[in-house]
Amino acid sequence: MSMVSETATAAAGRNTRSAGWWIVALAIGGILFALAFAPFLFDNVRSQQVAARICIFIVLVASYDLLIGYTGIVSFAHTMFFGLGAYGAAIALRGMGPGWDAVAVGTLAGVGAAALLAILIGLLSLRVKAIFFAMVTLAAASVMLVLASQLSGLTGGEDGITYRAPDLFKPATKLWLDADGKVATLWGVKLNGKLAAYYFVVLSCALLFAVILRVVASPLGTVLEAIRENEMRAEAIGYRVVAYRTGVFCLAAVLAALAGSVWAVWLKYTGPDTALSFAIMIDILLMVVIGGMGTVWGAVLGVTLMSLAQFYLKDLMEVAAHATGDLPLLPELLDPDRWLLWLGILFILLVYFFPKGLVGTLAGKERRA
Amino acid sequence: MTVSLSLSDLTIRFGGHVAVDAVSATFRPGELTVIVGPNGAGKTTCFNLVSGQLKPTSGQVMLDGRDISNWSPAARARAGIGRAFQLTSLFPDLSVLENVRLAVQAREGQGASLWRRARALTALRDEALQHLADVRLTDMAQLPVSALPHGDQRKLEVALLAAMRPRVFMFDEPTAGMSVDEAPAILDLIARIKGDPDRIVLLVEHKMDVVRALADRIIVLHNGALVADGPPDEVMALPVVREIYLGADAAAPEAMA
Repeated sequence: MSMVSETATAAAGRNTRSAGWWIVALAIGGILFALAFAPFLFDNVRSQQVAARICIFIVLVASYDLLIGYTGIVSFAHTMFFGLGAYGAAIALRGMGPGWDAVAVGTLAGVGAAALLAILIGLLSLRVKAIFFAMVTLAAASVMLVLASQLSGLTGGEDGITYRAPDLFKPATKLWLDADGKVATLWGVKLNGKLAAYYFVVLSCALLFAVILRVVASPLGTVLEAIRENEMRAEAIGYRVVAYRTGVFCLAAVLAALAGSVWAVWLKYTGPDTALSFAIMIDILLMVVIGGMGTVWGAVLGVTLMSLAQFYLKDLMEVAAHATGDLPLLPELLDPDRWLLWLGILFILLVYFFPKGLVGTLAGKERRA
Repeated sequence: MTVSLSLSDLTIRFGGHVAVDAVSATFRPGELTVIVGPNGAGKTTCFNLVSGQLKPTSGQVMLDGRDISNWSPAARARAGIGRAFQLTSLFPDLSVLENVRLAVQAREGQGASLWRRARALTALRDEALQHLADVRLTDMAQLPVSALPHGDQRKLEVALLAAMRPRVFMFDEPTAGMSVDEAPAILDLIARIKGDPDRIVLLVEHKMDVVRALADRIIVLHNGALVADGPPDEVMALPVVREIYLGADAAAPEAMA
């Protein structure tokens, strides 16, 4: 009896969108709109920086979700691939000068290195236990971090590399001239190289994100989920599990490396802290968990929430500390220096109330066939 | 090409325990062989050796004259050996339809495809729906497998096997856990498969009415060894078989009824 009513509700839930689904759809729509028009909506440099970082991290987190959420592969080497792309572009831009040829060569080299390394790690260790694979990726990422800081002639060591981006992205570049021969404005925003740089980031990331969406909606995406769900049966119906795992690991590495190259071009600086450190890996993990594993759209919510907290929680707490200045204890707790404590509490609350992540819990899992 | 499958001196040891002991048999197309034996006789282990989940300690599994003893399960599946599992082994978080579609897709070699045309995908889907109809699961197509009652999961297990369209069908107690009105659909399906002269069908089964209805040949395993092999009437009449069955399964006499 209870089984019947359960299946009936499940069937009903499939036909009508839940309130949670609408909330998630609206939130994601709002975020995408804000990202697409960030230069026109926010006029300060910092918000554009935050917006560009969100775009890059959406790709980085969604590609990581292909591994952890869809296929069930735990890897700690995702920043390593991100870093390979970033350093590839950075080293080429420094060595060859600020041109598109340098971007292309650097990106190809970085992506090629990432793909090669991913295949190597995958074939060597994806056939063994998941925990062993996770350890191998951790080791590889540590080695890469040490290499980056030791080979300072190539990588600039701890200081990283500063370089110039292609001329198109110079703030002085005029994309459109008005009647007086000055740079034209649209809705009060100058159509200069800075704007071009931002849209280079947005469009590149949109393209990469579309690729990820395509993968999860394709027959391949279902096979990846099948491997996560029941590796033995996937093998028994004829899928070479090791080949698929290695393939998706390689694909995720390439996507991360491409995101890294775009990041390097935008930032005009590449160093361990911006492209290679374990702090970034931890950010990725937290963002995936907040958004929801196994939901690519979750990356949009997870990255945005986490980035906004990282960039603006301090400011918010400063205001709050001032506002509660006359009360006992509260100002101490709300001191901006304690922002990490509050970020931690926020994270714990999110995980507690949204165990499958925001998208996973609110919208449920979208089924297709 | 007609299919041929044979086991020669197939043996597997786990430490000191010999789970399958020098089993030899040749299976002919168009023939349904039921493997019987008391619990722990090595029936499922034998299946695991044929479908590749386990590798033999010694002896060979030959398919179409080739030694496949060291092939991976995926390679054997692609070569035409299909297996349904006794302990239901599905993809619980995916929908019923997706489960079957995965098997169709694997057979069609479309696992890695990213750019298939929608029409081709519809063909996969339509075939998957047909396999669901065969086991009377059409109404459940969109539900996640984890929401299905046990009996329906058993049916889906069979649908996955049928969707592989293997040349060697291996059923491991397909009707266990199914209600009396659910089982006939599955038995009909097996009877239809058996009618195809190019298929080998292997069936592990306890229920004697099922064995009588379907078997062309019976193999009896006991403590990992093959103790009898032949037409059902002859095998069931052998004193050694009656002794094994009545001795080990005395608590369940209805199994012999």
